[in-house]
Amino acid sequence: MAGSGSVAAAPRRTVAVDLPRPRGRFRRAVLVVLVFVLVAVCWELLKWLAGDPWRINGLGLSIQHNPPFRWRLVSDLSLPHVWDIGAAFTQPIASGEPLGASLVGAALYTLRTAAIGFAAGAALGLLIGIVFVHSRLLERALVPWVVASQTVPIIAIAPIVVVALGASFVSVAVIATYLTFFPVVIASVRGLRAFDPRAGELMRSYAATPRQVLWRLRLPASVPYLFGALRIAAAASVVGTIIGELPSGIPQGLGSAILNYNQYYVTAPQRMWATIAVCTLSGLVFVGLVALAERILTSGRYRPAPAL
Amino acid sequence: MTAQPQPTSSSAPSGSSERRTSVRRVVEARGLGKTFDPDGAGVTALENVDLEVSAGEFVSLIGPSGCGKSTLLRLIGDLTDATTGEVLVNGRPARQARLGREYGMVFQAPVLMDWRTVARNVELPLEVMRFPKAERERRSSRLLRLVELDDFAGKYPWQLSGGMQQRVAIARALAFDPKLLLMDEPFGALDEMTRERMNLELMRIWRETETTILFVTHSIPEAVFLSTRVVVMSPRPGRINRVIDIDLPHPRTFDTREQRRYFELVIEVREALRGIEMAVDADGGRPDERIVAEGLS
Repeated sequence: MAGSGSVAAAPRRTVAVDLPRPRGRFRRAVLVVLVFVLVAVCWELLKWLAGDPWRINGLGLSIQHNPPFRWRLVSDLSLPHVWDIGAAFTQPIASGEPLGASLVGAALYTLRTAAIGFAAGAALGLLIGIVFVHSRLLERALVPWVVASQTVPIIAIAPIVVVALGASFVSVAVIATYLTFFPVVIASVRGLRAFDPRAGELMRSYAATPRQVLWRLRLPASVPYLFGALRIAAAASVVGTIIGELPSGIPQGLGSAILNYNQYYVTAPQRMWATIAVCTLSGLVFVGLVALAERILTSGRYRPAPAL
Repeated sequence: MTAQPQPTSSSAPSGSSERRTSVRRVVEARGLGKTFDPDGAGVTALENVDLEVSAGEFVSLIGPSGCGKSTLLRLIGDLTDATTGEVLVNGRPARQARLGREYGMVFQAPVLMDWRTVARNVELPLEVMRFPKAERERRSSRLLRLVELDDFAGKYPWQLSGGMQQRVAIARALAFDPKLLLMDEPFGALDEMTRERMNLELMRIWRETETTILFVTHSIPEAVFLSTRVVVMSPRPGRINRVIDIDLPHPRTFDTREQRRYFELVIEVREALRGIEMAVDADGGRPDERIVAEGLS
């Protein structure tokens, strides 16, 4: 009953009203950790079943284990021990600093570029969306090109951008933008049209200008749609930045770390795995920041959506 | 308190509102028609409708589904274009009247903006019309007092009940002092008890603001209770069938619904509608009508 006449998008209609309470948040954190532990246990269980033989010496212990099977998929080369990956973070690399510190530095550098690409991509996507909802003609003419832009492999485009704009973080940010704007275009076209048609008539009865309709009705009504796309865009911008860093030869980012540890994979696979973990974590942190921004911007105003 | 059993005549130009001083026409519709999809298999929603509403009147449009009463309201509000005929609002063509912000609109659903507080929802038309901030706040607090929601100014719409939301919508429609209020089944989604309370409240608002109201409803008791005139419409194509003056005394109160004259008028509207319904072979006997019939016997 309540809100049967509300203006914004439909998907949130039936959702319960309670905001996530601290206790619920704590439980969620526990669950995340629990799943992580579960994955690690399964990982080691597989290695225990079919990995390479291992032994622990020291701490007064001397355990040796010879797995009953051998699968290449879970050999030490394919799937290093969880503790080896963990230990890799603390081991010093060529520069003398521990791998973990180096990777965190690289992640911060990559995230900074990703943030620039994300902001540019979100702005560009929203702008294109606004143009499209105001002009059917432009929408029809340009939507196929927007879609086509995403069917071109980014790996093919990245070197071209680097050659054209020079090997700096600018071209990397442009590549991230390229990967980011698309979901925002799709969501904003949808979101900017998602208002209640009666609210449109209401604005018409006030003789509102198209700009007033945009600011007071279309944009606010599109917010829930937009944030859904921004989460996807946040993840895409990190991936786009890393891919952009590969051909640009920028040494500070996660891209060069991946190139580097990929080369030495045979001798130190745990370093590559540690890098992958940091890449994943970077993406998660970025998506988390967007989710946080969403909560701050919408809490209490929009009926709360289920948490992701 | 006693009702004068004065014979009612159809299409009489003036109702029984004692407070009306002038006969200024707020709405004039002449030969109004609306056909949807005129080049294909056209559906005539409205045909050759003439309607005049004077300042200070409360006119209800009633009729079975598909009789074009909402379409008539939307034509007056210039939310859709007429196929034939013309509409004048305050002597100006409907479009000019809309651009001049001469009417306020209330829909069946409150259509509040989720992201705005109750007060900011009321201020929405004022923002669009570029009222200064201080004036906006002054008006929204005055109107929220009028609809008795001043304690909820800072709440968001989803924290309010359906009836409260609809009161916010009414306050919003009144915010810029329109001379005409167009209401499209504003209480249709409310339960019977809330609806009767809202009817009393609307009567009070109508008296206090001296607005002219054009009101679409499905409910015969509601139409009789609120109106100075009830316009009975017939469907396919939508036409005005009868106009019934409601000569119940003002102010209308809780007791109005228990007066003999009230029941007589309810029956009169009902008979007018039934004539239509028999003609179009639609189903009759809505629950609220049955209650009225039982109360009479």
